[in-house]
Amino acid sequence: MATTMSRPKPEPISKPPRQLPFPLSLYQTAVGKKWVMALTGIGLLGFVLAHMIGNLHLYEGPVELREYAETLRDIGTEVIPRTWFLWGFRLGLIAMFALHIHAAYTLKAMSVKANPSSSVLDGTKKYEGGQDFIAVNFAGRTMVASGTIVGLFIVYHLADLTWGVLPWVDYERGDPYHNVVSSLENWPVALLYIVANILLAMHIFHGTWSLFQSLGINNPRYNGARRAFAGSIAAVILIGNLSFPILVQAGLVDEDNCTAPCGITGEEVEAEEAGQ
Amino acid sequence: MNTINLTLEVWRQSGPAADGGFVTYEANDVAEDMSFLEMLDLVNEQLIATGEEPIEFESDCREGICGTCGVMINGKAHGPEKATATCQLHMRKFDDGDHIVVEPWRATSFPIIKDLAVDRSPLDDIVTAGGFIGVNTGSAPDANLIPVPKETADAAFDAAACIGCGACVAACPNSAAQLFTSAKIQHLNLLPQGQAERWKRTEAMVETMEQFFGSCTNHGECTEACPKEIPLDFIAYTNRDYVKSKIKNRKLAGQS
Repeated sequence: MATTMSRPKPEPISKPPRQLPFPLSLYQTAVGKKWVMALTGIGLLGFVLAHMIGNLHLYEGPVELREYAETLRDIGTEVIPRTWFLWGFRLGLIAMFALHIHAAYTLKAMSVKANPSSSVLDGTKKYEGGQDFIAVNFAGRTMVASGTIVGLFIVYHLADLTWGVLPWVDYERGDPYHNVVSSLENWPVALLYIVANILLAMHIFHGTWSLFQSLGINNPRYNGARRAFAGSIAAVILIGNLSFPILVQAGLVDEDNCTAPCGITGEEVEAEEAGQ
Repeated sequence: MNTINLTLEVWRQSGPAADGGFVTYEANDVAEDMSFLEMLDLVNEQLIATGEEPIEFESDCREGICGTCGVMINGKAHGPEKATATCQLHMRKFDDGDHIVVEPWRATSFPIIKDLAVDRSPLDDIVTAGGFIGVNTGSAPDANLIPVPKETADAAFDAAACIGCGACVAACPNSAAQLFTSAKIQHLNLLPQGQAERWKRTEAMVETMEQFFGSCTNHGECTEACPKEIPLDFIAYTNRDYVKSKIKNRKLAGQS
């Protein structure tokens, strides 16, 4: 009589999703989370691009940069009180960040569970004998690391130029030109901005290519252009963002070079606000 | 006949729960016309002759169409040749004196049975969840009764070329089975015969996959490792179909 060998089947490593209503049921699954990553990524990418282009007002001079900053607060004043639009925009950004980070964390946790010998930051330890990658690039492999570092850098960046709480920066509320120059004149700070923006560009390069796949935007006629598109977006953002610390360090953007009245003082801002 | 001498470092593990490790073997007088598996057979014959336990590995058709074989060779799934399964990898691709590291597929859901053999039954679970179509039984239908455009047939055939060897999971840094699952979903979803169960299939197979494997980060390592060169495009189609399935199945929720 034949005997059969029984061997325990591999058990599922995750539980099947519970039945939640529609949009939540999508976010329960990895493919749905990748959609959320891609959609929030598009939103954040749009912000980064707009932020970089807006900051180019730095090269027009202190008055123009301040005018630009004030214009952002004025958007929508015909309908809603001043800065409400800006705050709505900020809340949207915060929500997108939160979703992007939560999805990234849970997806990474899922992959680590599927592959216990890999570490969170680096999956190369999957094989004891080492793995020889063919397609994987550095940007793709370091998405968690670059994302975490860029996230921490954003906190520094907010403390530096939005909240103005860093003691080594001579922060003047309402004078962004002065604040930017004062911050980036320190070479360690400029170096931090340069490194963080290189990581951001790497993150954007893989993310921009990857989002087409995650959203299922795939057409053989245009697939070849997707890498080039991701590379171009990343390069434009990298060049724009790196120009600020580099030109400040080079002394080309300096308060001494001002042709317009430089250094709007805190008193002038208060006087202006009082006058409104 | 040209022969080469090799040094092998092979993963030996006596059972699922046992500790494993690399053991070094000399493989001498390996004919260049041998396949990688025949080379392992040769080593095993020597091991048996000396009374040692032979190296356990899986193989069946040895012509690259069954998907049974597959090991990591020098850190690459199915070895250095593109679009080649381990059984079709010839020793002439290696040089005399080469040092070759042989390791089993690794993933939490691919537990090692012994040495180089792993349990890939979660891939079967994914197919069981939805890799079927409903047909009328009875006499065989006439050929070409259902018209299928040539381009659609070609695309479906590209997906159907998947032999289920698991190299995509093995090569993926996340141990994701996206390429396998999307190939198995799309070869049915693309064809008219697969439309009736399209949305249920997509949802069921993706969600079964996610119970066993990691999440896709679009590295593209799977396609490079795939002996059948299944393109990444099927993953994109599946991602699109999955979200559609969530919307469409919601409408059917009260009826099933």
